Amino acid sequence: MNDLLAARSQMAMSLAFHIVFAAIGIAMPLLMIIAEWQWLRTKDEVYLALAKRWAKGTAILFAVGAVSGTVLSFELGLLWPGFMRYAGAIIGMPFSLEGFAFFTEAIFLGIYLYGWDRVPPRAHLFSGVMVAVSGALSGIFVVIANAWMNTPTGFHIVNGRPVDIDPFAAMMNPAAFAQTLHMTLAAYAATGFVVAGIHAFMLRRDSNNRFHKSALAIALTVGGVAAILQPLSGDLLAKMVAKNLPVKLAALEGQFATEKGAPLRIGGIPDEGAGVTRYAIQIPYGLSILAYNDPNATVKGLNDFPATEHPPVALVHISFQIMVACGLAMMGIAVWAAWRCWQARRKRTKAWLESRWFLRALVLAAPLGFIAIETGWVVTEVGRQPWIIYGVMKTAEAVTPVPGLVVPFITFTLLYIFLAATTVWLLLRQVAASPQAFGSDGQEVRLAA
Amino acid sequence: MPLETIMAGVMISALILYALLGGADYGGGVWDLFAFGKRAPAQRALIAQAIGPVWEANHVWLILVIVVLFTAFPPAFAAISTALHIPLTLLLIGIVLRGTTFTFRAHDAQRDDVQRRWSLLFSIASIITPVLLGIVLGANASGTIRVENGVVVSGFLKSWLAPFPFAVGFFALSLFAFLAAVYLTVEASQPELQEDFRMRALIAGFAVGILALIVFLLAGTGAPTVRAGISRSWWALALHLGTAVVAVGAFYTLWIRKYRVARICAAAQVTLILVGWALAQFPYLVEPDIIIYSAAAPRATLQLLIVALAAGVILLLPSYYYLFRIFKGGILITTPSVNSVEEYYDKERTRGD
Repeated sequence: MNDLLAARSQMAMSLAFHIVFAAIGIAMPLLMIIAEWQWLRTKDEVYLALAKRWAKGTAILFAVGAVSGTVLSFELGLLWPGFMRYAGAIIGMPFSLEGFAFFTEAIFLGIYLYGWDRVPPRAHLFSGVMVAVSGALSGIFVVIANAWMNTPTGFHIVNGRPVDIDPFAAMMNPAAFAQTLHMTLAAYAATGFVVAGIHAFMLRRDSNNRFHKSALAIALTVGGVAAILQPLSGDLLAKMVAKNLPVKLAALEGQFATEKGAPLRIGGIPDEGAGVTRYAIQIPYGLSILAYNDPNATVKGLNDFPATEHPPVALVHISFQIMVACGLAMMGIAVWAAWRCWQARRKRTKAWLESRWFLRALVLAAPLGFIAIETGWVVTEVGRQPWIIYGVMKTAEAVTPVPGLVVPFITFTLLYIFLAATTVWLLLRQVAASPQAFGSDGQEVRLAA
Repeated sequence: MPLETIMAGVMISALILYALLGGADYGGGVWDLFAFGKRAPAQRALIAQAIGPVWEANHVWLILVIVVLFTAFPPAFAAISTALHIPLTLLLIGIVLRGTTFTFRAHDAQRDDVQRRWSLLFSIASIITPVLLGIVLGANASGTIRVENGVVVSGFLKSWLAPFPFAVGFFALSLFAFLAAVYLTVEASQPELQEDFRMRALIAGFAVGILALIVFLLAGTGAPTVRAGISRSWWALALHLGTAVVAVGAFYTLWIRKYRVARICAAAQVTLILVGWALAQFPYLVEPDIIIYSAAAPRATLQLLIVALAAGVILLLPSYYYLFRIFKGGILITTPSVNSVEEYYDKERTRGD
């Protein structure tokens, strides 16, 4: 493994690891404050138990997210000093703002987790709101920095150096809005579905448990709304990519030849040697419509770009297909859930969860959001290759001269495998210790263990 | 004042706050390992209680140092993270293990032997991480990182694999342990626990003195420019005098059990040490090839960053104060009597449920 590949692998692994915790850190506080707000509103102890239980899981996940995020901020320099030397002055700004958002998040999470009986209920709920808001802002700032790598603005290049630097214009780059919207919705959708899936799993064993029913309702509402909105932000993002990153669009759609009225390919395996995408289901004019709102629009193919500027097409295309498939499945389940709720309300029952198939689907859908997030990041990061700053700096120019990078790559991989295994194990212990039943007075009834 | 100097001032301020607040959290981990006697469980419980709600917020001061460094002085960040790749990577592993093991121990749903293993890992990581932080700062001041045209030419080992950076590393560890012990004398409720940490503070304070001397002596060859700054400049005498006064003050007030005054003295001592070092190194970011003026980002970036920092601090400080008031404002002072730190967390859990 050469040093560039080791550095890229370490960065990819660090991001793939961190993003799970980051997404949960964005969305989980929202679930907690909804539960807590319901408790303050109804005084139903189930919601208090729920907020506290979720808070415990969040504490573990947030800590892992905080330290793995620290690792990433250092890795920008440890692995990509060339990038930071060039871009630090242009794009350091959103990272600094992220620092403050993260600070706010950490302060109020401390109050939220440890302050249950030290601050008044409303102050406690307010702390939760601050955690939720600053968590979302943290994610937005970091994604703005990534968006700049895709569509760099806010500077001119003179003699190979950036001049006329305008950090504000850099933050307002063309990809910023669509990318931050897409990622924020993804965080709510993925987290909502995972949490809903876990509680659905518990409900399949213990079908009258109000704790799990309430949990599922909140999680699925947040996840479902986000999943239904997500295709709209995806469309916005696709049009932005079509306009600003034509080679990435061609790669993710497996479009080799430039074509007027290009079809949308579903599935398929791109063959980079032969320059065709085989076995795809083609929807005529689909891509031209999606990318440009015009069935006869011309979509530039990969063949129009030098081969040295192609990203790995097969990986990008297949990742994109997986992401879209997961997203559509989640949207479908969200619509199904909404329909079941509406039906139950029409019949004046609360039995919207009483379907084996529905619960089974929720359990199966639990990991889809995170699969979509991971594959989505493969699309955006690998799809930008060979550039680290699109059109400005190649990834190979940015890498550190430090030799033997395979050593830190393996070290961090082992460390993260250990952390991931431990986190999963601890969360399983949390789930196993979840409340079993609530009596009619709302008080928890602890069944014999 | 030039924008570059302001940015450098912001960085050293954030670093001082990290040492005073985050540093003490590491020091807590040190005393977790060295808890002994029949009150060992109560000592550990007090440490856990003192760190729990605040360590994540305190940790962000370090992130702030890093983001300001790479936004305001990108070439310095690139050079430091290239030349010190290895100790920085080890530092990160320490940070990851300290934070996660502490949290795993605190928020595990069940109580058993596993928690004890987290304790050990937590305290070892709390010892190694400050040493590495000191090594990085020491190497940076040593004048052995050489940069030509933005490229590090001094290799990846010799700038930090030397006596001086390691001495600074152990000096940092002793300072953090000292701070933690002094703070804990204030935060402990029972007089016996206060005595435990008073004794630890006195021992750590003594170690600080010895290590300060070693660092100063080694600086003669290990960091000659910085030492010249410390020894000869006009402000040096005043700073030395000030540091000596608060150091003696910390000892004296610990001795006569005026813990709140001791806490102020100890914090002032650490602050003055860091200020002295920063002034001695000024205007070098990486001795001797990178100074703040040549490494600074363009004006537009610095101006915007200063506005953002000012706004951020104004928004942040009240919240940060609120956090400390809730958890350090005298209510903490009820150390539970427990037989083990696991039992402490067990009690916390039932309280939380």
